[in-house]
Amino acid sequence: MFSLTRELSMSTRYTKDHEWVRLEGDVVVIGISAYAAEQLGDVVYAELPAVGASFAQGADMAVVESAKTASDVYAPISGEIVEANAAITGENWEIINAEPEAGGWFVKLKPANAAEIEALMDEAAYADYVKGL
Amino acid sequence: MAETGSPKKLPLDALWRARTSKFGDFAGYDMPLQFEGLIPEHNWTRSHAGLFDVSHMGPSFFALPKGHGLEGDAAHKAVAAIIERLVPADIQGLKPGQVRYTMITNAEGGVLDDLMIARPAEEGAAGDLYIVVNAGCKHQDWALIEAAAKGEANLVRADDRCLLALQGPAAHKVAAEVIDPALADMSFMSVKRFPGFGRLTVTRSGYTGEDGFEILVRAENAGELAEKLLAHPQVKPIGLGARDSLRLEAGLCLYGHDLDPATSPIEADLAWTIQKRRREAKDFPGAARIARELELGPPRKRVGIRPNDRAPAREGVEIYKDGKQIGLVTSGGFSPVLNGPISMGYVQTAHAEPGHVVDLMIRGTPRSATIVPLPFVPHNYVRKK
Repeated sequence: MFSLTRELSMSTRYTKDHEWVRLEGDVVVIGISAYAAEQLGDVVYAELPAVGASFAQGADMAVVESAKTASDVYAPISGEIVEANAAITGENWEIINAEPEAGGWFVKLKPANAAEIEALMDEAAYADYVKGL
Repeated sequence: MAETGSPKKLPLDALWRARTSKFGDFAGYDMPLQFEGLIPEHNWTRSHAGLFDVSHMGPSFFALPKGHGLEGDAAHKAVAAIIERLVPADIQGLKPGQVRYTMITNAEGGVLDDLMIARPAEEGAAGDLYIVVNAGCKHQDWALIEAAAKGEANLVRADDRCLLALQGPAAHKVAAEVIDPALADMSFMSVKRFPGFGRLTVTRSGYTGEDGFEILVRAENAGELAEKLLAHPQVKPIGLGARDSLRLEAGLCLYGHDLDPATSPIEADLAWTIQKRRREAKDFPGAARIARELELGPPRKRVGIRPNDRAPAREGVEIYKDGKQIGLVTSGGFSPVLNGPISMGYVQTAHAEPGHVVDLMIRGTPRSATIVPLPFVPHNYVRKK
């Protein structure tokens, strides 16, 4: 179990806006980082894009709101949405705080340009980045 | 008007930093925003007692000059008549120990700030008022008060002291045990001084919709008082974040958001703060507009709004009816008690009746919402004596 978790997290990449992406087969899974979820506090609302919608890297893709504030979630890479997390569309927003980098994923996206993933921060670089905030 | 430069530290800064690292600049002060979490802090205050540090606010004393030679009611009427130059409430009519909520109005009948004015009951306090204004407005307000007083009364700032708010259904029990049993006997919206902790000026009042107290204490005694209150099992520290969601559920205005210099007290549904004598005398700034709106009704009105889905509608969201804009959200967020979104805002009076269905334009999409009465959550004030 430990080694599986480790392997998955090793392949996770992050944006400076605190989204994470993880390649699974030919799609990427996207969510918000544990740091972002902690900063937001309890999520009270989230809005995910429709399946089939396309986004350019950096475009507004989803919204997540806590009691404190509303935050835009940007497309970490360009592509087309192929799945939205049914737990979140089913209003089980607690999962975003409980498992931000696992069961609390937002969408799966078919990447338009896989090279965009490589350019994102790896786990160590993101950890350093967060430390500096 | 917030002060420029780096934010000021609260006298109890170290005490709060030992309990949270989540601070933020508010009205020029570095304030604790959150401890355990917004929602748990909110719910704790509604069910037990929360301790808030609101020392950023503007407490002050306003008094006739020493040797004024007046006694009792005569002294009170003299000082009250001076402050009435700025506010539309009947301050002369305050009984000893009574507190009133009012606002400073401008010549156009807009609100420059909302504030509390209290008449201390103690012997020797004849001709004194205790006035608490908002943090972001205090320098403006004090300048207005001094200008209006023209030397006939003196303003003494007390914002070097600490102002602690103890709020919630257990507040009276905690206050009685930690400070003085007599606190539990105070009526709501009253003021009393207590010996101990260097001498306290206490009002039974608050900004949460709950019973509670706002306690003015000298900075050198504040740490001991706060530690003793926090040591009580019914008390937890609460940040500014939960203070905002608590006051929103209680339907209370936040100055600069729900009240501003263009908005009249009548539009804000605060006509109850203007007593009969002042309505008849029409002798306060902006009386012409306020009297007109009292007679004919205001063109727009502050209302409660409940979105009919789960999306919060925050400040700045436009309100529509049949494709036409009829209003604006001025405060909005999430209600932990109702477990859903709530907003306050202004709509044209024709659409202000509870039950009216409107659209909230959220991120370009109209979403259905219903006008509802305020408060969203019933007040839990003590009504006795």
